[in-house]
Amino acid sequence: MSHYPLRDNLFADDVAQEPTRAGFGRGLKKAGEANERVVALCADLTESTQMHHFREAFPDRFVEIGVAEQNLVTVASGLARAGKIPFTSSYAAFSPGRNWEQIRTTAALNEQPVKIVGSHAGVSVGPDGATHQMLEDIALMRVLPHMVVVVPGDSVEAEKATQVVAENGKPSYIRLAREKTPIFSTDESPFELGKAYVLREGHDVSLLGTGTMTYQLLKAAHLLEQHGVSAEVVHVPTVKPLDEDTILASARKTGRVVTAEEAQVAAGFGGAVAELLSEKMPTPLKRIGMYDRFGESGAPNELLDYFGMTGEKMQTVIQAFINTTPQYHREG
Amino acid sequence: MTQHYTLAQLDAKANTIRKDIISMLEAAGSGHSAGPLGMADIVTALYFDIMNIDPKHPDWEERDYFFLSNGHTVPVQYAAMAEAGYFNKAELKTLRKLGSRLQGHPERTKLPGLENTSGPLGSGLSQASGVAYALQYMDKQPHRFVYTIMGDGELNEGNIWEAAMFAGKYKLSQLIGFVDRNNIQIDGSTEDVMPLEDLRGKWESFGWHVQEIDGHNIESIIDAASMARAITNKPSVIIAHTIPGKGVDFMEYDYHWHGAPPNHEQAKEALKKLRTLDGKIKAGE
Repeated sequence: MSHYPLRDNLFADDVAQEPTRAGFGRGLKKAGEANERVVALCADLTESTQMHHFREAFPDRFVEIGVAEQNLVTVASGLARAGKIPFTSSYAAFSPGRNWEQIRTTAALNEQPVKIVGSHAGVSVGPDGATHQMLEDIALMRVLPHMVVVVPGDSVEAEKATQVVAENGKPSYIRLAREKTPIFSTDESPFELGKAYVLREGHDVSLLGTGTMTYQLLKAAHLLEQHGVSAEVVHVPTVKPLDEDTILASARKTGRVVTAEEAQVAAGFGGAVAELLSEKMPTPLKRIGMYDRFGESGAPNELLDYFGMTGEKMQTVIQAFINTTPQYHREG
Repeated sequence: MTQHYTLAQLDAKANTIRKDIISMLEAAGSGHSAGPLGMADIVTALYFDIMNIDPKHPDWEERDYFFLSNGHTVPVQYAAMAEAGYFNKAELKTLRKLGSRLQGHPERTKLPGLENTSGPLGSGLSQASGVAYALQYMDKQPHRFVYTIMGDGELNEGNIWEAAMFAGKYKLSQLIGFVDRNNIQIDGSTEDVMPLEDLRGKWESFGWHVQEIDGHNIESIIDAASMARAITNKPSVIIAHTIPGKGVDFMEYDYHWHGAPPNHEQAKEALKKLRTLDGKIKAGE
């Protein structure tokens, strides 16, 4: 197991926080410095999606598309055909929400390295309400052949992930959040495409998180420990390709699995883990996330609490899951 | 790399391509007839006169690009590519069959020389715009051009007009679009299904240079492309009026042939029409 350095004061009130989109903004600029083929396109949301850093550094490599998300990804496909590495950004509700077929045909089937960056994903977008709280994007993108799907856990990881995705040669999706979230990783923490990381070892239950839900799971594990439960926390920033070995090893060890994501659990990250476990190693599973419903307006933290996605709320759900579910050990 | 042919030779090539379209569609047992036949003269002009390409080196780095946007008409592109020497003509009979490089709708990764994957309508102009943008602003290669053909029914798609607005804003003068204006789509005539006129005015209002031509007059097609290349401050579109099913009298103007292939008897009859130029010549009877 590779070592994954975590920040020291993770559960302090003053833990460093930043939106994952900010890390993307820095990462894209660095990717542009490292490779002149990297170009960027935005659909009238350049500052919201943090592409303005790239635009300012490389004005000749930035293309404003306007409010036209179908054109956003198809122009990018053309730029890729001409040898560029195009990053496209908008809110996830619109890209990939509105232009999925164009992504399917001109990026995935056409095997062009178009990078779809979906910002403002999840219910934590807040007051804008359900229309802008994209919850179906993980499902939409992971079902596409050739597509890589990355959901960074914090801004530091988002910065690394963006640079890695720039060089992977594949159509890829990066899912980002609007709100500040705690930074749990460090500059030394590893990020490799397709790798999951055990952040904390335990033997009663495996808590698998993607995106910013990993931090909430760390918090839940911390609280569970005070109740005598030993929870293993696995961070899964790459939803596709899924790190099957690390996930199966953890499930084999603890005999119970919980997933958490700020998205529809159906066909989302929880769905991906459910597919894996049911085929390769049936294990009791609880998925935390959105269950067949849309979000609504509210403050970001209120919404996470209301929909059961805070560490505190998860702790209760996980405890109940452990109390009512047999443990399927497969070793020892 | 362009080899120069006389107009008579180009007409003959278009006729050969029509025959190949009929043969391959008959062998496939499915596919679209009317569009490919109607586009044969435009595609012949592109592959054998207008475009700077090298069939022996499909990825030649100085080539012009061609994006077929209305991908269901790809038999005409496959026939032209085989005629030009991208691959052996015998392969045309594998159209739409398992394991073939000639997919029912074009897939870039399957066949060298295809620049894009299309079929779902409306995205070809955007992809062509992306390449044109790269050539004009990023790579500074003013001598290279990007050609695309759209169907007129395809113009119902919003993505087309997003691209039209984009290309107009950025004055993508190396982008040259053709609209195959054959007035049919699957459900009937374009003007019944979803009216397009004033079509010239629509493109002009988006900042495009517009020409209207007879899409069966190869000289007009070549001249229009030449004019389009000379326009340096805006993208160009050539509205090419064509007859769907052109060359096969029982298919001409009939929208039922939009999405249907000929059976054996129909193919035999069609090939006879094409061989004899509808009875005008006796050779090959």
